[in-house]
Amino acid sequence: MSTIITHPKVAKAWVFKDASMAKQKEMMNRHYGRLADAPQTGEKVASTFVPGNLNELLMCFGFAVNLPEINAIQNGLRKTSGNFVMEAEKIGHSEDVCTYVKSDIGMMARGNIGPNGRRLPDPDVLLLSCTGCFTFMKWFELLRERYRCETIMFHTPYMADGKIAPDMVKYMVKQLEKDVIPKLERVSGVKFDIDRLREYLKKSARAEDDLVWVLQSAKATPSPIDAYFGGIYYIGPIFGAFRGTDDAIEYYKFLREEIEGRLAQGKGPVTPGGDMGKERYRLVVEGPPNYTNFRQFWKMFYEEGAVVVASSYTKVGGTYDFGFRHNPDKPLESLAEYCLNVYTNRSLPMRVDMLENYIGEYEADGLLINSIKSCNSFSAGQLLIMREVERRTGKPAAFIETDLVDPRYFSPANVKNRLESYFQMIEQKRARARAAG
Amino acid sequence: MEDTSPSKTAEIAARCEEIFTDLDFNAARKWKAGKPGRKVIGFMPFYVPRELIHAAGALPLGILGGGDQLEVIHGDAYFQSYICRIPRSTVELGISGRLDFVDGMLFPSICDVIRNLSGMWKLMFPRVAARYVDLPQNFDGEVGGEFYRSGLQELRHWLADIASHPVTDEAIRASVAVYNKSRALIRELYALRAAEPWNVPSAEVYLLLRAGLVLPVEEHNELVRTYIDAARSRDRPFKDNSRVVVSGVFCEQPPLNLIKSIELSGCYIVGDDFMLVTRWEKSDTAEDGDPIAALASAYLHNSLSTSAKYEPDAARKGAYLIESVRKNRAEGVIFAMPSFCDPALLERPMLQNALKAAGIPFIAFKYAENSGQMQPIREQAGTFADSIKLWSGE
Repeated sequence: MSTIITHPKVAKAWVFKDASMAKQKEMMNRHYGRLADAPQTGEKVASTFVPGNLNELLMCFGFAVNLPEINAIQNGLRKTSGNFVMEAEKIGHSEDVCTYVKSDIGMMARGNIGPNGRRLPDPDVLLLSCTGCFTFMKWFELLRERYRCETIMFHTPYMADGKIAPDMVKYMVKQLEKDVIPKLERVSGVKFDIDRLREYLKKSARAEDDLVWVLQSAKATPSPIDAYFGGIYYIGPIFGAFRGTDDAIEYYKFLREEIEGRLAQGKGPVTPGGDMGKERYRLVVEGPPNYTNFRQFWKMFYEEGAVVVASSYTKVGGTYDFGFRHNPDKPLESLAEYCLNVYTNRSLPMRVDMLENYIGEYEADGLLINSIKSCNSFSAGQLLIMREVERRTGKPAAFIETDLVDPRYFSPANVKNRLESYFQMIEQKRARARAAG
Repeated sequence: MEDTSPSKTAEIAARCEEIFTDLDFNAARKWKAGKPGRKVIGFMPFYVPRELIHAAGALPLGILGGGDQLEVIHGDAYFQSYICRIPRSTVELGISGRLDFVDGMLFPSICDVIRNLSGMWKLMFPRVAARYVDLPQNFDGEVGGEFYRSGLQELRHWLADIASHPVTDEAIRASVAVYNKSRALIRELYALRAAEPWNVPSAEVYLLLRAGLVLPVEEHNELVRTYIDAARSRDRPFKDNSRVVVSGVFCEQPPLNLIKSIELSGCYIVGDDFMLVTRWEKSDTAEDGDPIAALASAYLHNSLSTSAKYEPDAARKGAYLIESVRKNRAEGVIFAMPSFCDPALLERPMLQNALKAAGIPFIAFKYAENSGQMQPIREQAGTFADSIKLWSGE
């Protein structure tokens, strides 16, 4: 696979990108173009959330899909989210609450200009897929107040007991049949065709197989991918508006071939600074990343030879680790199970088990938690997760604090300091192990 | 003959305050020790079907954090600085052994923090049964209703396991009747306070409600009855205070001093969302027929609104607060919300917009359960009360 060197307009440094990243960029540009063109093309627009999104279902009605978290992330990466957050606070939103919400509301207050510099359309429907996060409910109630459009609640029960009970799936399927689908039909003017849904689900499963292969390639040493910073790119199409499309199948096939190539050559991940040097530390990371200083954050890892081999964030849209794939034979049940499997919809004990297993399966040196100030869904309980995983695995764990898209909560010196201390801790553990054995 | 003299209210308030400040829950411990085999089930805000716990022969015990008297040492080690206060003081109560007599814990679906705390509890206290109560956000009887009925059945079996005996339909119906009485009394208490707030101080109402989350419901019903009767014979001086509704206090509790400070600053609290579980169902739950269906139906179709509950009708957003203002003839709203409380703080802008549209004045501040400085609260609430008196009606 070729590596393309692009010269971005904002950053001064050269930035290395895989061909797959360039391909994804083209997909995202097309996606935002479609959204911006919607008022002219007459396409209906649905806004919905990333975790447990029902992309295949929305495609059945021809909706162009707008994902507000992705907009917030794009604004974070482009360093515009800080002003949006402050704009929202200026108009009365608390400094304590989720910065995704405030970035979105601030962006709307300033004209709703998308990452491509064009105005994002008003949604025709808000599909409130309430999965793994209570804030979603408030977020779309806030948006409903502004857009005054049809708003559909789709409630996902919490996997508190560590399993999917039949009544959970039944509840969700009933919501789909009695509420979600009829409303989507009404807004779109398109009759629901379950065979069309089956076709999309079939495509989803194909892309999902390749994504899982890519994420699990990090079991190799050296890992050919970074499953956190790089992983964020990898999950983009599957958790976004592309799952169920040919684009997604092609993208993941292309990505897989790219990673197979790196694996065959014994190469590590591609970073913004080029091919990563010697792999020194293998980490499991829990929690979302910071987006306002994304490259700076990543650099703190790859400069030290630290690669993330598994992360919980790459399961934020849905968890495939345990074999789940969208299933065309059980279309509505499959959508329900996808939502139920979202990482933050899993109980704390399930999350601890997953992270513990990652450390073993991916032969990691330890667990790093990036605790996000404005995301209680992830953050509440992380200090216990850290203790518990450390206790069970005997591997060192560390804790850093940043925020998703509020630059005021990214303190580079503090983060770097903590990371350096953590790497020293790993070295000490290794030295002790060598001395003992 | 029962004493319903005015001084009785002070006596009851003093007893309730004793229960409120007792972080070892001795009243509940005493109840448990009263008979072998008795069980205590803790629950967190904002709502659980207490009838099922009662029907299992167990004592429902409200766990509302540690207040401003508990020194949190261990709890802070489990939560980041940007997480609200109630989970850390609840963990403190657990680690310090203050909940060692509790046989089961229920965590209702109020927010991400309490939701995650349910899993933490399982890991931290594996010998105590812990259960998340997943409340539906779909209010169609055939959809959310079916899901909730199934959840209630599971809860019933969970409680039966703890109690070591079945929880029968008959027992549930009897418990529904007892709690109907309890809710009717609380509604009567609230109506009396709205009518004569000078005779029914909110600090006393608050303490009375808190005691109800510790005492057996039958005993509490008698206490409330006596308090109401005594309060009716009270004749305290009327003050020209402003009448306010307090909103946002449905989970992490404000310090008692905060409630007193609002009232001392020239406000009568005539409506609030303190301990919604005490009056969650707006009228009686059916005492005949299938009791599980009755409980589910009451939740779906006859319960209060709060920010943890989805409002399907956009036009009704914030209506519950406006209705509270109108019903209680309030002149303004004080938003008192715990720091870092996502449901309350995300709801606030929508409520404020609804109030603006209805021409109802409001102020807002945040607190933590251990807030100590009340001077800023007094100043803000006092200025608000003055502004209502000076400018309302213009």
